[in-house]
Amino acid sequence: MSVHLLEARDVAMHFGGVKALDGVDFRLKKGELRCLLGPNGAGKSTFFRCLTGTHKPTRGHILFKGTDIAGKERHDIARAGIGVKTQVPSLFDGLTTHENLWLALRTVRNAVAREEKIADVMERVGISPLRDNVLGRMAHGQRQLVELAMVVASDPDLVLLDEPAAGMTDGEVERLASIIRDLNRTHTVVVVEHDMHFIRMIADQVTVFHQGRILAEGHVESILANQTVRDVYLGKKHGA
Amino acid sequence: MTLSTFCRASGTHVALAAVAMLAAIVIFPKVAPLYTLINVTLYMSMGVFALSLALLWGYGGILCFGQSAFFGLGAYAYAIAAINFGDTTLASAFAIGIPALFAAGLGYFLFYGRLSDVYLGVITLTVTLILFKLINSTGGDAWRIGEARLGGFNGIPNTPLLTMPFTGIPLSPANLFTLACIALFATYALCKRLITTRFGRAVIAVRENEVRAELLGYNARRLKLAIFVISAGIAGLAGLLFANSVFVSPTMFSLSMAAQVLIWVVVGGLGTLFGPVAACFALQIAAAALGKLGLIDPNIVLGLVLVVFVVFVPGGIQPALAALLARILTPPRGSPGHMREEAAR
Amino acid sequence: MDYLLVVLLQIAGAVGNLALVSVGLAVIFGMMRVINLAHGEFIMLGGFAAIFSVQAGINIWLAMLVIAPLSVAVLGVLVERLVMRRLYGRMVDTMLASWGLSLLLIGLATTFFGNRVVGVAAPVGSFRIGEYSLGAYDFVLAGIALVVFAAGYAILRFTRVGLVARATMQNREMASSLGIEPSRVYAVTFAIGSALSGLAGGLLAPISGVLPTMGVAYVAKAFITVITGGASVITGTALSSTLLGSINTVSTFITTPVLGDVALLLAATIFLRLLPTGITGRIFKGAP
Repeated sequence: MSVHLLEARDVAMHFGGVKALDGVDFRLKKGELRCLLGPNGAGKSTFFRCLTGTHKPTRGHILFKGTDIAGKERHDIARAGIGVKTQVPSLFDGLTTHENLWLALRTVRNAVAREEKIADVMERVGISPLRDNVLGRMAHGQRQLVELAMVVASDPDLVLLDEPAAGMTDGEVERLASIIRDLNRTHTVVVVEHDMHFIRMIADQVTVFHQGRILAEGHVESILANQTVRDVYLGKKHGA
Repeated sequence: MTLSTFCRASGTHVALAAVAMLAAIVIFPKVAPLYTLINVTLYMSMGVFALSLALLWGYGGILCFGQSAFFGLGAYAYAIAAINFGDTTLASAFAIGIPALFAAGLGYFLFYGRLSDVYLGVITLTVTLILFKLINSTGGDAWRIGEARLGGFNGIPNTPLLTMPFTGIPLSPANLFTLACIALFATYALCKRLITTRFGRAVIAVRENEVRAELLGYNARRLKLAIFVISAGIAGLAGLLFANSVFVSPTMFSLSMAAQVLIWVVVGGLGTLFGPVAACFALQIAAAALGKLGLIDPNIVLGLVLVVFVVFVPGGIQPALAALLARILTPPRGSPGHMREEAAR
Repeated sequence: MDYLLVVLLQIAGAVGNLALVSVGLAVIFGMMRVINLAHGEFIMLGGFAAIFSVQAGINIWLAMLVIAPLSVAVLGVLVERLVMRRLYGRMVDTMLASWGLSLLLIGLATTFFGNRVVGVAAPVGSFRIGEYSLGAYDFVLAGIALVVFAAGYAILRFTRVGLVARATMQNREMASSLGIEPSRVYAVTFAIGSALSGLAGGLLAPISGVLPTMGVAYVAKAFITVITGGASVITGTALSSTLLGSINTVSTFITTPVLGDVALLLAATIFLRLLPTGITGRIFKGAP
């Protein structure tokens, strides 16, 4: 058994002739908060989808708690203990916040415990006033928070967040950052993000993707100081 | 089309339905002429049929264009088994079991192939047509299963009536009526209960968002398969009751049968249970009255009703009435319940 | 040898037949993603239009090739205006509404035309190959199907209208941002699709006769042929008609016509399971 919670070995994903991922090796320890960053098309989102079971990698292994989950069904991966927040909020739009959270608590069988947990999570994420609102009629930022609450509620061993700050107001982004830092106290978290400002607010360790490979990995400040990283990603962005 | 049926208590509805059924069982056979009694038994069987699709489509989000396949299969399974065994109790189990089994096979093919809604509609419709064609072509002595002649487009006119278990005495029309009442009520109560269980809520979750349900660890394909099989079993039960109030014939598989059940659900309100049953009764009575008058072809009425409802009353009668009632009963600002209905639009 | 030739000619006839009854549905589905379940009734009405015209003393070719398509096109325009227009983007609702329309048309036809088969003699006789006699009309049908498909292909491939149509099929939003008004495209498409269904009905009238409930038999066949064909209206429908028509004819020869139909539907079902996006979804991608 590996000391790592998650270990990807030589993961590749080809779409026709396009190599979206070209041999990624990635390790994550329990308790970490890691940001995956990189310009569009760098492969970070594809890697993310391989982790969630949406894509079946063309090659390679993804060991989660020592078991290979590469190419497994989405629900099996979820049951293994990976919780996912997608880029565009994916929710039960016809149901209320409470009902959404009820469904997220799949493994809690006791009704009283379930209700307590729902109330607790709503409090933690700050959505208690939205308890009986139907998701389909809520604002984008609120929906993002509900989805995050669902992930928190399901209490996974690994939390995957795909661009959680997208489309949020500044106030919401700050609250989100504090929620994520708080979440990291008890959970291992991976965040895909390209907003540097947001990354600085939450991250410690970052992994930079470029052209389907990992370009650099390390502490956020040292990575941001790295000239190669600046050239391929930040340089272009800031220099433009 | 969405709704929050989820955590609402359903006890009162079921209790009301129970009272209504008891009243019907006690009073109706005493006052109604035999002909009406048999007809109402037939409507009851159709009500069970309506529930099978109301559950599958309204809560499972699976639009089956060929629900009549299971209805017909249930009836044929019953008739063939009853003729061969000479005992109707075991045959009744066949009426529910065979359609469920068939649905399990078909559903595995559909859901595990991850076919989308439209293809699902096409394939279920096609399967119904295949069965209809096949059964219609089974005229003559060559087509028999054991003792039972399939009879082609004539059906099986000598479909055995249900008998009392152990004694073997055939049920009287009043007995059959009672049985149909109990079956309709039991199916309603079962569906009502089912949608509040963990399983039922998971099924609703899959209807709402399959990907999210899977990301939370729900096995969407298995849940869809399960609700499909349950619905087919209910349709089979409806077929059994139908077979006992009329007899078994290929029209049970027909496209117009498939269309009718769809219309009841659309008219009654997708995502409701009482609505489709009420719509089923109302439309059957209307169709019978029109048929008696002979003024207008029933297809014209059914077709018009379907078009008008899809275009103008897309939510169906039950939600429309509930919203109207809430508006009358509450001050203009609206209660939370009213908001809920509004939000569910 | 003669037998083989006869089978081949029969297959050609069946393929042409299937292609004709499917093309109207294919045009509407391909362009608008609307599944018109009243398609079978459009065919039925095309048949009635042709037969009544012939009974009124009009030349049969004129009746089948002009009057039948035109009258059904008029109906199509009405249906589009009154019903379909309100439901665009709601695929399931369009299916349901058109199913309602189908019942309504069956009911109306039964009321006004009676629930019996009316027919008309085929305008051409039969011919012999060795000891076998074949109806020449089947080949007229296959020929007309060929002309319709060739014309459709040419229009889509080489004309400006065809370009607009293909753009709409590829990407609806894009097309409207190019200044193509979608509602007009839809109205025209529905009219053309309806006209083609009417044409099929007119041409089938001499073979099968016309009955208010005849549409049911065609809608599922057409439906499954179109879906099997996949995204490309003309190429897809042509290929799937060939495939399914052949299967149908061969299995009819081996067994009975009923089992032949069953084989067709079964083959298409299994095929869809293997290739969920149809023939042109995978193999002949991008053909018009």
